[in-house]
Amino acid sequence: MTNPTLAAGAVERHLRARRDTGRGLLMPYVTGGITPSWTDYLRAFAAAGADAIEVGLPFSDPTLDGVTIQQAGDTALARGASTRRILAELSGMPDLGVPLVASTYYNLVLHDGAEAFCAALRRAGVGGLIVPDLPVHEADELTDVAAAAGIELVLLASPVTPQPRLAEISCRSRGFVYAVSLMGTTGERAALAASAAELTERIRRVTDRPVLLGFGISTPDQAREARRHADGVVVGAAVMRRVLDGAGPDDLRAFLATLRQALDQECDRPR
Amino acid sequence: MRDVLPWCEPVLLDGTMGEPRARGRFGEYGGRYAPESLVEVCREVDEAFREAWADPGFRGALARLLAVHAGRPTPLTPAGRLSEALGVRLYLKREDLTHTGSHKINNVLGQALLATRMGRRRLIAETGAGQHGVATATAAALLGLEATVFMGERDIERQALNVFRMRMLGAEVVPVTAGSRTLKDATSEAMRHWVGATGDSHYCVGSVVGPDPYPWMVREFQRVIGDEARGQCAAELRTGVPDYVVACVGGGSNAAGTFAGFADTPARLVGVEAEGGAGAARGRLGVMHGCRSLFLQDDDGQITQAHSIAAGLDYPGVGPEHAHLRDLGRARYVTVTDDEAVGAAVRLARTEGIVPALESAHALAWVIRAAGGGDLPAGSTVLMTLSGRGDKDVSTLKELL
Ligand SMILES: Cc1ncc(COP(=O)(O)O)c(C=O)c1O
Repeated sequence: MTNPTLAAGAVERHLRARRDTGRGLLMPYVTGGITPSWTDYLRAFAAAGADAIEVGLPFSDPTLDGVTIQQAGDTALARGASTRRILAELSGMPDLGVPLVASTYYNLVLHDGAEAFCAALRRAGVGGLIVPDLPVHEADELTDVAAAAGIELVLLASPVTPQPRLAEISCRSRGFVYAVSLMGTTGERAALAASAAELTERIRRVTDRPVLLGFGISTPDQAREARRHADGVVVGAAVMRRVLDGAGPDDLRAFLATLRQALDQECDRPR
Repeated sequence: MRDVLPWCEPVLLDGTMGEPRARGRFGEYGGRYAPESLVEVCREVDEAFREAWADPGFRGALARLLAVHAGRPTPLTPAGRLSEALGVRLYLKREDLTHTGSHKINNVLGQALLATRMGRRRLIAETGAGQHGVATATAAALLGLEATVFMGERDIERQALNVFRMRMLGAEVVPVTAGSRTLKDATSEAMRHWVGATGDSHYCVGSVVGPDPYPWMVREFQRVIGDEARGQCAAELRTGVPDYVVACVGGGSNAAGTFAGFADTPARLVGVEAEGGAGAARGRLGVMHGCRSLFLQDDDGQITQAHSIAAGLDYPGVGPEHAHLRDLGRARYVTVTDDEAVGAAVRLARTEGIVPALESAHALAWVIRAAGGGDLPAGSTVLMTLSGRGDKDVSTLKELL
């Protein structure tokens, strides 16, 4: 059998290596271009112990996002944010030692052609890509192009995804498998959805790729609980609400540190 | 004249406007670009629709509802005085005479019946002009379902009468404050809501847009316009088939339903878009609301806002099958301005005694502009779908006239 770690791309290798030490993975999200000095948030995320960072490229019609990330996108676009600008700003950054994963809607990927888009990501130092409106059965045209450019295309799995399709998603996903914890849009929730545990358990049955739970994870308690099922968490709306409320990089660093701590505590517990 | 490509000879391809190819494709357009959480429900709708459409029992039940509730068949009206003035022979397919006042009821009765067959108890819909919302509220009341209708705040202001009608029919109307506060944003919001409601709700999409199977399914439910008109033309016209078939295009459902009845004839098909919402005439390849099609976008790939006096045409994209018909040269897409549409509405009122919806007035405006020229030679026979009546637009018109 081939060694999955050697066959994997850089994002996946990084996440596997960290997971294999027993660490709970943390991937915070920021909307690119949300403030003039938005890249400072990336530094704060890295300093708080992020294992990967998701950078949203804002789209005018984010059909899978709740109000918080919609507002963040609108704010960024109103400031003049664009794919080109955000990637240019990323290119100017020193290496944070944390893989960057872009996320956006398929229209922006297609706009200048998938090849040009993936090449631009690569030049900006981005290693992975999440496209929430590109389900696995439509992904053929992007998978090869992304792979050729060295971009790991992350696929999403949902609580209603049937098991055979879950196997296909897990097999074709690169970097990690993004487990959508609930039937809904992004946004903070009072509790971790009950569907999260079953979904991650079903994904685990078919892959040993890292599995990150996202959508609705907003508090240390929820992160701790998510960690019981998955390899780690994606935290988006809880970060962006704070940013929209005026929180600076230091505030976010403190918030993420509480999540980091929760994940670390959970992994010390006997399982 | 702007936007008008030279005519190609109509391409008669076998299977044009038949079932889409594998994976819901019309040429390179269409598909199911839905978030993973909606993929399974799209598959369920597809399966249920295929079964129902092949079931004479379902077809019979729908035909009966269309007859006894919606008032089908609708007449074909020769527009005598206007024809004389324009030098063409113009016939109007009178969707304005259906119950609720527009073609939207054809699609909604089909989807509502399908929803009950699937065991759903609630309909979700987006609406621009409010016609689709009213039709959805009506069908829900008729079949004992709940209805939730998403509508942009701007449209709620300009279509107040329809908002009241929906509420009177027992529907919940949810104002949408995002983005341009019109149809595109209402559609996005309806999709977001659907993700969390797939278990008990059916998303009743109002035009030939959205993820597969919607563009195909909605066209099939609207095909009744074209099929009826084909039979009526055969009885009424010396030539049997009109030379031109014209309809307005927002998402494109009344046009698709009309064209479907004539795709295999030599009739030239013309879709008329609003100048400010010309997805087919000026859009660029993209993906939005679940399908690959043509959308108005800026240089960064952001979808731009449409602007039309007709709320039902205020959509920056077009259904994938229209994009395909355009590429094939089988149909041609042209645009008219707000002023031309208003002028056409007044002219129809004064010559034929019919106040059309501002959407439908766009189709007429092109006929008026083109009649007698190279694009619509004198003496041609024209079938135009009058998609709706103008009651909902009287307050808009009152401000202008
Ligand atoms: C009367 C009328 N015509 C046309 C339309 C546009 O829709 P479509 O292009 O799907 O026929 C609408 C939409 O609200 C409408 O109300």
